[in-house]
Amino acid sequence: MYFPLANLLTEPVGVAHYMVVGALMFVCGVICMATKRNALGILMGIELVLNGANVNFVAIGSPYLRGDAGDIGLDGQLIALFVIVLAAAEAAVALAIALNFYNSFSTIDVDRADQLHG
Amino acid sequence: MRGRRETDSMQAINWASVFFLLLAGLACAFAIAVVVTGNIVRMAFYLVLSLAATSGLFFLAGADFVGAMQLLIYVGGTLVLLIFGVMLTSQAPFINMRTGSGELLIALALGGTIFGVLAFAAFSIPEWRNGELAAVGPSLPSQTAGPIGMGLLGARVDAESIDDDKAGYLLVFEIISVHLLVVLVGAAYLARAKRRRDALPA
Repeated sequence: MYFPLANLLTEPVGVAHYMVVGALMFVCGVICMATKRNALGILMGIELVLNGANVNFVAIGSPYLRGDAGDIGLDGQLIALFVIVLAAAEAAVALAIALNFYNSFSTIDVDRADQLHG
Repeated sequence: MRGRRETDSMQAINWASVFFLLLAGLACAFAIAVVVTGNIVRMAFYLVLSLAATSGLFFLAGADFVGAMQLLIYVGGTLVLLIFGVMLTSQAPFINMRTGSGELLIALALGGTIFGVLAFAAFSIPEWRNGELAAVGPSLPSQTAGPIGMGLLGARVDAESIDDDKAGYLLVFEIISVHLLVVLVGAAYLARAKRRRDALPA
């Protein structure tokens, strides 16, 4: 059995440590999306999920963490940049929709958004 | 004896691991704080700190340009947009909106299960456990901004092992550029100021 936390201060960290951080941010984002009632809270959960994916991309593409296990160049970092741009676009549109919803219904509670016709 | 063991461990401390622990602890703690708190303003603040700590993790992994873009675009742009949204909609009944504890319990159980599975899967691959910095030290590019720019223009200069037929991200770069333009125009159209309708009765 391998204990990942036993020699954490003396061994170099690997991809798996970064992936645990990414997994925790992903899970926090999913819980945020599932439980928050504020529409902007759900948006923040989406940002957390995308950021967890970014951590994984950068870790997989990093030569410091992979060692000589495989050279994939800068693919991971480029895809992480694309994710950042797409997250910015998604946040802009979702925020516009949330503000429209707030202007129409005078609430930001997503449980009240059960009426399909505006 | 205990003191000698401590000095031995002091000599062997890997400072990259120490900084990783610090930044990862900050990122994870503030990500959990985003979930736990019910106040939307505090959620935004914790999210800013979590994403800033994540940019520190990117710097630590050698991705300096992505870390800088994380700070500039994510923390400086996207989250400021979110905070504006919070300020525009922060009427008193919407700042604290609690979820039912039963739903929160189910979500925590499911999330803990998913996290356990993901962490176990990450550590079950032996090549991913330990990085080997010494093996790759001198051949690394010290700055990644130039190779990233060349990659976005369709010419890969970063890795010799990449074939020519799958090189370059020019098409993807053009697609996300036009996508971002269209999306921002659409968002400005959606969020334009218009005559306010009467609120529907609750």
